[in-house]
Amino acid sequence: MGDAGMRGFLRKDGRKGIRNVVAVAYLVECAHHVSRLIVQRSGADDVHLIGFPGCYPNKYSLEMMQRLCTHPNVGAVLLVSLGCEGFNREQLRRHIAASGRPVDLLVIQQSGGTTRTLNAGLDIVRRMRAELAKQQAVPMALDELVIGTVCGGSDGTSGITANPAVGRCFDWLIEKNAACIFEETGELIGCERIMASRAVTPELGREIEACVDKAANYYRIMGYGSFAPGNAEGGLTTLEEKSMGAYSKSGSSPISGLIKPGDIPPRGGLYLLDVVPDGEPRFGFPNISDNAEIVELIACGSHLVLFTTGRGSVVGSAISPVIKVCANPDTYERMADDMDVNAGRILNGAELDEVGREIFELVQRVAAGEASKSEALGHQEFILTYKQFEPIGPACLPAA
Amino acid sequence: MSPNESARLPPLLLLHPEDNIVVARRDIAAGERVELDGESFLIPATVELGHKLARRALAADTRVLKYGAPIGSMKTAVARGEHVHLHNLRSDYIPSTTRDGTGGH
Repeated sequence: MGDAGMRGFLRKDGRKGIRNVVAVAYLVECAHHVSRLIVQRSGADDVHLIGFPGCYPNKYSLEMMQRLCTHPNVGAVLLVSLGCEGFNREQLRRHIAASGRPVDLLVIQQSGGTTRTLNAGLDIVRRMRAELAKQQAVPMALDELVIGTVCGGSDGTSGITANPAVGRCFDWLIEKNAACIFEETGELIGCERIMASRAVTPELGREIEACVDKAANYYRIMGYGSFAPGNAEGGLTTLEEKSMGAYSKSGSSPISGLIKPGDIPPRGGLYLLDVVPDGEPRFGFPNISDNAEIVELIACGSHLVLFTTGRGSVVGSAISPVIKVCANPDTYERMADDMDVNAGRILNGAELDEVGREIFELVQRVAAGEASKSEALGHQEFILTYKQFEPIGPACLPAA
Repeated sequence: MSPNESARLPPLLLLHPEDNIVVARRDIAAGERVELDGESFLIPATVELGHKLARRALAADTRVLKYGAPIGSMKTAVARGEHVHLHNLRSDYIPSTTRDGTGGH
């Protein structure tokens, strides 16, 4: 066995998945219902629904779908198209086929409507699951893991308990050469100089400062910072106060790189994910809800996601398990069934290291196959919207 | 740790020695006596878990420090122990939003 009993499904690109799901992907909202029926009627927990709702072509969404459909946790993919939408379904299919995964495409207008597509889809999913069931998992080590972190429903406890505890866990994962990703540059406004000072090169530090400036400008034009009413009800007053709390999720390791959605960390270390679109604001808010951030972390290869929450979020995700770290002891009491870790006990005297260690050990158990709370409850939220990005500059990923 | 033991922990948290605010470790009722910088202090109004109180009197435009880092500036002066929140603290970056669209602006 690998580290702590971890095992993974080896893919052609050398990465390993900690799950082996069949993804059913709608390529426009018009194919969403048929895809959802296929997933529901398959009756299997390991058949996940993903997709893109728009009818207009968009380079970002095509690249995101390519990354998601070839994520190591995905074993096979069924694409469902209406037929007339702008999504480049053939390119996506070729990309998935080249990754060595079973892939099939149903076009509702050609299959003869809802019922015929549903029946054909159920047959395909059944065959794909039978094929995946034959795959043998192989040992997997911590240095093969990619872990993302996100916060949602933050309050005045988040930056004191759950976020620094995840930071400790990140430090230990990075010591073992895992790749760890933290994000939402718009929620790091105010932390730009501290972050830049942790960059492995001064050039990367300047890129980090520039990307936070970009985020501040973007949110200013939108008219709102990434700050929800619940944040204020929980005691947070300003965006930069929320940022300082969110920032502590990153731990204390040097920052090895700045990546954008769909970029996969080239090696172990700590990476900042720039989620704010490039160019003039065009399609609205950068990430309209927490799951949009989770999907981008997963598109960067995250095998699982550590989600810290103070007010109490219940979401999970398609493709990768989400581990809930609850910052607020009162919220934990109310919503214990949804929470994997009670970091709020730090306020009652528990040590940060003790909670960090609990998260570190849970990461390994979930990677070894144990279901997280949201996963066991069937949470498989997913959202992908329009964006535009330029590729990262050469200073963003300094050589090791 | 039992609830009795945790009740003995100081209800106000100082997160960084340079901070000019403290954070409520639990809900604290008005009239409760708590320790603030080694002195007994009478809480003037009920404060909820995670909320901030002024560690000392703060003049308008004072930079507020939490975790040792600036988190905004005072809109108005406050007395020691007063609740520091949307009504008297503003962002130095982007105004905060509330459901009725007024807070922080």
